[in-house]
Amino acid sequence: MRWRAAGRQLVWLLLAAVLCSTPALAQTPDEAFLASLGELREASFADKEQIAVRLIDSRHPRAHDVLSALLDDRLYFRASDMAVFITKTAGENAASLELVDPLTLKDAGSSPTDALTKIGTNNRLRRSLRIAVARFDLANPDPGVRLAAVTEMLRSLDESGAALLKERAGVETDPGVKAEIDIGLALSALDGTDTPARLAAISALAGRPRQQVRNRLALLLDKNPDGTYVEPDESVRAAAAAAVSRIDRARTLYGGVETLFFGLSLGSVLVLAAIGLAITFGVMGVINMAHGELMMLGAYTTYVVQTLMPQHIGASILVAIPAAFLVAGLAGVILERSIIRFLYGRPLETLLATFGVSLVLQQLVRSIFTANNRDVETPAWMSGTLQLGDALAITYNRLYIVIFTMIVFAILLAVLRRTKLGLEIRAVSQNRAMARAMGIRSEWVDAMTFGLGSGIAGVAGVALSQLTNVGPNLGQSYIIDSFMVVVFGGVGNLWGTLIGGMSMGIVNKLLEPYAGAVLGKIFVLVALILFIQSRPRGLFPQTGRAAENQ
Amino acid sequence: MDGMRGRWASIVEDPGGTSLVGLLLAAAIAVPILNQLVPASSAFHVSTYLLTLIGKYLCYAMLAMAVDLVWGYCGILSLGHAAFFTLGGYAMGMYLMRQIGARGVYGNPVLPDFMVFLNWDKLPWFWYGFNHFGFAMLMVVLVPALLALVFGWLAFRSRVTGVYLSIMTQALSYAMMLAFFRNDMGFGGNNGFTDFKDLLGFDLHKDSTRVVLFVATAVALAAAYRACRAITASRAGRVIRAIRDAESRTRFLGYRVESYKLWTFVFSAVLAGIAGALYVPQVGIINPSEFAPINSIEVVIWVAVGGRGTLIGAVAGAVLVNYAKTFFTGALPEVWLYALGAMFVLTTLFLPRGIMGLIPRASNAR
Repeated sequence: MRWRAAGRQLVWLLLAAVLCSTPALAQTPDEAFLASLGELREASFADKEQIAVRLIDSRHPRAHDVLSALLDDRLYFRASDMAVFITKTAGENAASLELVDPLTLKDAGSSPTDALTKIGTNNRLRRSLRIAVARFDLANPDPGVRLAAVTEMLRSLDESGAALLKERAGVETDPGVKAEIDIGLALSALDGTDTPARLAAISALAGRPRQQVRNRLALLLDKNPDGTYVEPDESVRAAAAAAVSRIDRARTLYGGVETLFFGLSLGSVLVLAAIGLAITFGVMGVINMAHGELMMLGAYTTYVVQTLMPQHIGASILVAIPAAFLVAGLAGVILERSIIRFLYGRPLETLLATFGVSLVLQQLVRSIFTANNRDVETPAWMSGTLQLGDALAITYNRLYIVIFTMIVFAILLAVLRRTKLGLEIRAVSQNRAMARAMGIRSEWVDAMTFGLGSGIAGVAGVALSQLTNVGPNLGQSYIIDSFMVVVFGGVGNLWGTLIGGMSMGIVNKLLEPYAGAVLGKIFVLVALILFIQSRPRGLFPQTGRAAENQ
Repeated sequence: MDGMRGRWASIVEDPGGTSLVGLLLAAAIAVPILNQLVPASSAFHVSTYLLTLIGKYLCYAMLAMAVDLVWGYCGILSLGHAAFFTLGGYAMGMYLMRQIGARGVYGNPVLPDFMVFLNWDKLPWFWYGFNHFGFAMLMVVLVPALLALVFGWLAFRSRVTGVYLSIMTQALSYAMMLAFFRNDMGFGGNNGFTDFKDLLGFDLHKDSTRVVLFVATAVALAAAYRACRAITASRAGRVIRAIRDAESRTRFLGYRVESYKLWTFVFSAVLAGIAGALYVPQVGIINPSEFAPINSIEVVIWVAVGGRGTLIGAVAGAVLVNYAKTFFTGALPEVWLYALGAMFVLTTLFLPRGIMGLIPRASNAR
């Protein structure tokens, strides 16, 4: 027994000796990296530049992170043990900062700001660091990173940057990145003196309708205070003028496309808000003034789902959609069973009673969630923009709203046209007595129809929670617009609601640049009031026997 | 039935109305005495706060009567009567703003403060004449009347009825609210008008001015009641009720339904405008939030609670609901919306004819 224990001890000792001696023999890349970091603590700005070059040359995988942290004022060392850390945020005013180990990039706890010292930079150092980081990124295998690096460099392009781009242009294979580099090279060529090269640059830039390019070209057309042109060469001026007008035309076109898209996305919101109403109002003839509050319930459901699963914001939206449908749908069924069914055939009374319900629901969420707005987070996959060409940027959340509206619309249409419930809904709405004679339980159908319309309102609330503040007044602000959409499109016609909502959205956005948002909205409202005079039953009036009963 | 007898009969058959008018006139005499002559220590003293509060209720009662005339008698559910009320209020407010003169913060003798603040150098054309009380009072009547005339002519001519009409009136009021919120409109943007100094030379902050305003409101309400009663008890009133009950049949009987509806609507809008004009100097402020659709809907619930189709019901409902509102928002602010919401639901479900429906004789007299 003793022998064995002693033997084990010996093995451990030997192992420890081997482990300890290795670094002494040859410094590992990590050791060298940390050593360089350590030097940064005391170095002068000039020395820091040297160290930065050394870090880059080492090709250490973390060099990029450390240098960008240094650039962003996020590189600190701890006074107690002189260890260097990257912080998650740059805030020097914060009481404490969260630390990240520069070698592993893992969380290393947090530390009070007092115990940390920032590794400072000056303008000269930052310039060279920016080039260094860009050089790093330009060599990155991911084309997205390379593209971002070039875009970043274009913001303030100087000679060294242009040289770097020229060097990179020869080896770049990705067409997107290459096009971006070409813009940079053309922009820097403008600063040169070689007229043919400048003309070539201008004609290359004329095809890139982005603000930055336009501004740079417009500079060539500026005049000095004494009336002479800044740019002495007439051929360059003429080419620049042609290029600017070409860019302006292209930007107007893209602007039109963008307005159209904004209109579609606003229209989608209107359609989403109105389509549940199109069922309860259009199919059942019930005026539900609490419809907006059912949307509000959907939005609050999204909030609750998010607070229940804070780790999975991305998935929470997908969970919230059915949850909001159920919550709002259930509320709708209760509303129908307890109040509305006693008021069928008395639309004005229904309007008043449901308005009362809307007040109660508003106060209810105020009592539960307070009157303050609640923050609903936008999942990562819904934020950001989709860049189409040089002048057209589409935000993902708008794009998803349009797609989502289309899906909801298609599902609803399918439910009404293809399912047994849809058949029964249509039968009851067309001729209640006959439907009952055929054995349809009309009371049950009423409840289900109302539940369906209300559930859609809840789903609309999920979408709205991504666009506006979630508060007790969320529903109120949409109710008038939704009624307008339904009335405009034609009661009892889902397609009318779709087309009505979309055209209202587009007209609103078309008017906005000329009249401003509020006045544009007033115009639309007044135009609708006038429209109803000439077509009291909307764009697509219901025809046939069902229309008589309205 | 000749004219004299008919008029006499309408008074005799209207004991509720007679007592309402009597009550209003009695209040117009008694409340000022209780306010001015009875010492503040006495239990019978009516404070100026209470006097102004009652005056406010009476303005609301007049608005409710206007809504009742179109809804209860003619079957037009207007969800935009707050717009007429507010327009009347704005017309009065414009007069009061001009009366401030050089006593504003910026001391400009012609331009109201908000225009100086917006760097306007002259009065917009639609402000001309509002320094004359008579002209302002004319506008109190004409502006709501004109809006009602244009809107009503368009709507009734193309036979927009029922729920559609309700939603249209609501949209109208909403559009007005958005418009008046804009600074460029020249109506003070979202702050509206306030800081009024005096009316016809009388200081608005003095108790005596407030007493006079109260008396004017009570008398105006009594006169409005008599006018509405005269309409509803007349031959035209019977046609109007026929339209409410069977519009198509009335049309086929040869009556010009659109004209009856239009003039009822216009008259009602004028009443609402006058109510607004009386309201503004008493509360001392007018701003675009008065246009908010919820205000119009609240008026409808006053009428519903009181009993639509009875003018007295409208008055009673307005006073009762507003008293409840004052009480709840003071004592239990969270409960008020629950109470109001419940009132909407319960009245429509269980009291379709309101409080007046509980009194057998009044409901028979409909």
